[in-house]
Amino acid sequence: MNYNTKKNLTFNPSLTRNIGNKALTIISSLFAIISILPLVLVISYVLIKGGSYINLETLILEPEPPGDDLLSAGGIGPAITGTFIMTLIASIISIPVGVGGGIYLAEYSKSGKFAKFVRFGSNVLAGVPSIIAGVFIYALIVSTKILFGSMFSGIAGGISLSILMLPTIIKTTDEALKLVPDNLRRAAFGVGASKFTMISNITLPAAFSSISTGILLALARAAGETAPLIFTALFSRYYITSFDDIFYEMGSLSVLIYNFALEPYESQNQLAWAASFILVVVLLSLNILSRWINTHGIFSKNKV
Amino acid sequence: MLLRVDKATTSKFLLKRRPTSEKLVDIGFKNIVIAMASMVAIVLFSIFAIVYYESTESISRYGLRFLFSSAWNPVTDEYGAFTAIYGTLFTSIASLLIAIPLGVGTAIFITENIIPKYIRDVIGIMVELLAAIPSVVLGLWAVFIMEPFIRPFLKMVYEILGFIPFFGTEPLGAGMMPAILILVVMILPIITSISKDSLNQVPSNLREAAYGIGATRWTTIFKVIIPAAISGITGGVLLALGRAMGETMAVTMIIGNSNNFSWSIFAPSYTISSMLANQFGEADGSQVSSLMYAALILMVLTLFVNVFAQWIVKKLSLKYQ
Repeated sequence: MNYNTKKNLTFNPSLTRNIGNKALTIISSLFAIISILPLVLVISYVLIKGGSYINLETLILEPEPPGDDLLSAGGIGPAITGTFIMTLIASIISIPVGVGGGIYLAEYSKSGKFAKFVRFGSNVLAGVPSIIAGVFIYALIVSTKILFGSMFSGIAGGISLSILMLPTIIKTTDEALKLVPDNLRRAAFGVGASKFTMISNITLPAAFSSISTGILLALARAAGETAPLIFTALFSRYYITSFDDIFYEMGSLSVLIYNFALEPYESQNQLAWAASFILVVVLLSLNILSRWINTHGIFSKNKV
Repeated sequence: MLLRVDKATTSKFLLKRRPTSEKLVDIGFKNIVIAMASMVAIVLFSIFAIVYYESTESISRYGLRFLFSSAWNPVTDEYGAFTAIYGTLFTSIASLLIAIPLGVGTAIFITENIIPKYIRDVIGIMVELLAAIPSVVLGLWAVFIMEPFIRPFLKMVYEILGFIPFFGTEPLGAGMMPAILILVVMILPIITSISKDSLNQVPSNLREAAYGIGATRWTTIFKVIIPAAISGITGGVLLALGRAMGETMAVTMIIGNSNNFSWSIFAPSYTISSMLANQFGEADGSQVSSLMYAALILMVLTLFVNVFAQWIVKKLSLKYQ
């Protein structure tokens, strides 16, 4: 037998397998470049084009009706407060319900039938298109005028956003609590704590930073949603002046972008770019903050 | 020998019953969290119930004919959602076909050791941040930047391949093709991040064994790594499909919103969600009921895809431990 080992074991770049290997590596790196290209393009356009329209007037003025004044379109102030208020309403509803539901899943019924069903249900709810949440709230609240006779309102918009936040919060709470070691629970029971004390003093604090990551991500998603708002909160050009105003139409950044992007007037389009600058900056910072909390865990010393 | 406990110790640690107040708090808290967990079920059921209830009028009037007619005429009260259903399925499946190789390719690139880890981590984070950009901003970008940029290329395709019905109309701005492209941008992060997670979970023994018997990097990837991770990848692809079908804002802004059916991918079209976004605000009477019927169809489609995704992840997942 002729063992020409030296020749056979040398890397030979002209072999078909090695050429194919190299070609596939190049293709996959091209795919990776194509995949991040949209992010780079969108972010740079939004930051440069949108950022150039940002000034104090844009931030605080109310938007003018389209076509009224071709030179100035006012500002996006009411939309910023509207987005803030509706996200706040959505958080007030969905954070307690979501965290409570997650506590039930992780602490009371780890693998019961009802818990399995709730987990399945929250996965399904997470997959429900956001516009369906809008349709649902329209049929439930807006068209029936069930909330003190108000039709399109900020509160209806907030409720429809809360439906979108709910599954994310339940899921992250459930998973965060499941990661808390059982030793902590047994130790708490061992020194005579009741289940409520155990949850509120031991497991929730231990899982706090993971839960807040999930809540921030859900908030970021809700603040950018448009579809559920276009026929629940509609749009308003005015600042809210009193508490009662949340029962009337309310503007939001995302609906402002949608409405003004399709206007034929240049000044309105500029407002849309300015609004998307604010929205993208806020949402990206929320996302980066949530990542940071997840890795560093600022809120609790005994992170698990 | 019995353990003797002296009196001083027992008097310090008395076995007491839990006070009633503490028991009440405990039971009350349990019931509250049960009620909160049931909210998910209640919301889900009421979404279905209300959308179904509101669409009964249209369902009884049109039945299945609604699915195959492309009439949409509020004056004569004649409604059919064929264009929208076709648009929904076509745009989502076409965007999926483009996004699968891109997303899985990117996921492979950032899970292999081709380039240093920190660059791969940066790419991974960037792709995930893409998911954080709201769809209405992507729509704005698509309308003002992407569509004018790709129009000359689409025109070239039309001039060369215009005799094929799929490319049979001149691209004049908004249309199905830009909508497909923006959907690709929207679903790429989902496919990439889920594929990345499932590729990372493949035990390294498998890879080492393949290298050990002389397989090249890409033989290992195609024959060993991808088959081992296929459940997660398929699940991610199906989730992306569900997301693409329900996606509203970016598509509404760029698809052109026309109920005239056309085979051409350059012509304006409709999806169910863009039809809802466009018409729901000012609809009344039987039009609302027809829109609700369309919403019901969209819900059933996405529900089916999502449940199938969950099922397939369970079914296909291989256990290595």
